[in-house]
Amino acid sequence: MLEIKGLTATIGDKKILRGINLIMPDGEIHAIMGPNGAGKSTLSYVLSGREGYTVTGGSATFNGQDILAIEPEARAAAGIFLAFQYPVELPGVGNANFIRTAVNAIRRARGVPELDAVAFLKEARAAIKSLKMPDDMLKRNVNVGFSGGEKKRNEILQMALLKPSLALLDETDSGLDIDALKIVADGVNALRGPAFSALVITHYQRLLDHIVPDRVHVLAAGQIVRSGGPELARELEAHGYAGLEAA
Amino acid sequence: MAAVTETIETIDRLTDGGYKFGFETNIEMDFAPKGLNEDIVRLISAKKGEPEWLLEWRLKSYRAWLTMVEPNWARIRHPRIDYQDLYYYAAPKRAAPKSLADVDPELISMYDKLGIPLNERAALAGVAVDAVFDSVSVATTFRESLSKVGVIFCSISEAVREHPELIRKYLGSVVPAGDNYFSALNSAVFSDGSFVFIPRGVRCPMELSTYFRINARNTGQFERTLIIAEEGASVSYLEGCTAPMRDENQLHAAVVELVALDEASIKYSTVQNWYPGDAQGRGGIYNFVTKRGACRGRKSKISWTQVETGSAITWKYPSCILQGEGSSGEFYSVALTNNYQQADTGTKMIHLAPNTTSTIISKGISAGHSNNTYRGLVRIMPRAHGARNFTQCDSLLIGNQCGAHTVPYIESRNQSAKVEHEATTSKIADDQLFYCRSRGLSTEDAVGLLVNGFCRDVLKELPMEFAVEAQKLLAVSLEGSVG
Repeated sequence: MLEIKGLTATIGDKKILRGINLIMPDGEIHAIMGPNGAGKSTLSYVLSGREGYTVTGGSATFNGQDILAIEPEARAAAGIFLAFQYPVELPGVGNANFIRTAVNAIRRARGVPELDAVAFLKEARAAIKSLKMPDDMLKRNVNVGFSGGEKKRNEILQMALLKPSLALLDETDSGLDIDALKIVADGVNALRGPAFSALVITHYQRLLDHIVPDRVHVLAAGQIVRSGGPELARELEAHGYAGLEAA
Repeated sequence: MAAVTETIETIDRLTDGGYKFGFETNIEMDFAPKGLNEDIVRLISAKKGEPEWLLEWRLKSYRAWLTMVEPNWARIRHPRIDYQDLYYYAAPKRAAPKSLADVDPELISMYDKLGIPLNERAALAGVAVDAVFDSVSVATTFRESLSKVGVIFCSISEAVREHPELIRKYLGSVVPAGDNYFSALNSAVFSDGSFVFIPRGVRCPMELSTYFRINARNTGQFERTLIIAEEGASVSYLEGCTAPMRDENQLHAAVVELVALDEASIKYSTVQNWYPGDAQGRGGIYNFVTKRGACRGRKSKISWTQVETGSAITWKYPSCILQGEGSSGEFYSVALTNNYQQADTGTKMIHLAPNTTSTIISKGISAGHSNNTYRGLVRIMPRAHGARNFTQCDSLLIGNQCGAHTVPYIESRNQSAKVEHEATTSKIADDQLFYCRSRGLSTEDAVGLLVNGFCRDVLKELPMEFAVEAQKLLAVSLEGSVG
């Protein structure tokens, strides 16, 4: 269970998060919507431990563990995965090599035996097939020369192989055509289960047609100003965020 | 893939960031007195039972050296080297071994520690090894099976005794004694090194490899390597280098000469891991090396691949003289500097004949307070119609206290020649590190992965088992460079 209480954070002098309260039980998928600059990406970065953000108050725990106190790689080992809004290129680093190194780093941190190359490739090929991705995805360098859509799909491939218990999807739908959007949604839906939860950050209702959330939260000016069921997303799509600013 | 995992495991194992080859071996040594003069040159020559002409050649070199000054154009700084305060000859006391059974067990166990098997049965499949300890070659493996196909692989001292006609014909023919300050010094006092001769039409059936080890204190190592590939012959040769950790600096000034005749090819790979000094820049090897290959024959090929992670100072420009029509030269280099290391390295590609080609791929990685310079010359002479060169120089900076410098010289005297040069400088970006860490990799794993990725075009040129070794070295050499 992810439990965020009164979380405040700044970038430099600028207050971005102004007291986030959110409880997300295991097995649930929550969507976070909101206007540009509301703090949606900041929330995902703070939860995954990116440098440059200062947590000034509040807490965030995952399964009772204070995640704000540990390094990004320890958060990954704890089961947290961030699908990046802008996935980063790693020149010269093969995708299969990268993902296997990551899978084994996490397995090692958990005291689970590592996967050898053969076992990993078998899993990776199966994941690629079920996500309807091209085979050469594994051979190419991480995100180098990938189109915007390919980069997002590569995030989903990594998620499928790292098998997180909490996924933070930071506008994974932006810039995707409808086919790619379905692949991304299928990737998330495939992991759905009692031990998996996801925080889906998005601007648009469109993604939520394919990943139906249990709860929808509206983030505006660094606070959650409204929460509701899936119908809230449709309402926002119809009426926009006007009038939802924090009081 | 396995290699990267091993890189990571290596980092995990080495928590103290130490130089794992830094042990010293206790062997009774035979030293010539400190200092350099004609008597020392005579003594070295006499110890080796050399013919008169070679002694004369050494003395001529020594006299030339006396008239020369240390070059100062490289981007390196060091206290003055006192050439009279060094030992120029150090050898294990036991008489020269005639077979492996005669080799001092202490030495065998040292090479075992380094992971270099001298026992043929235990040797890496298909790799013949020559081991040079301080000034003397202590063992060469697989000689008999090589000699069956006519390949000569032995120490250069032995070659002087047993194949004097070849030595006389080729020694100094690529790097003349007076070529530069350090080659003159080497020519005067060289003590040992490897000799390889591949006769006409023979493809050497196994990788040949030499391991150089400096052990004795205050001792310079001046090895000399000579490789000859006759018409249609080919060989792949690898050298590795390690030294104990010491507070004082040690001098290493080697000369390597390669000769490729018609359609011959020589692939020369180096994994240089001399002791680099400590984190404060104390100690370490001064590595002043002259390496040059002559593509004498038509369509001959010489390829240099180097992974340079060690030494306090690296001054080294493995070069190709493209004399044969249609011959080609290659230079693939990874030079990594950390802490206070200084590297000024690159290549010279001299195009003399028509349709000669050369390729230069250089990857420089600087971390800590180090300075890393690529210095390269591409020269196209008037007769070299249709000559082509492609050069790519990439620099990677880790941290903000280090320096990367690229100094390319391009001289074309033939209008039909094509010369291309590309250069980039990049940093390991914070978002790349965060991306890796968010996937569960530690910062060190991430840097290792990114650096290995940066060097991939060069590492893939190395023989397989050495590529793995090189990847480990890169990761280990960067320890502590990222906060």
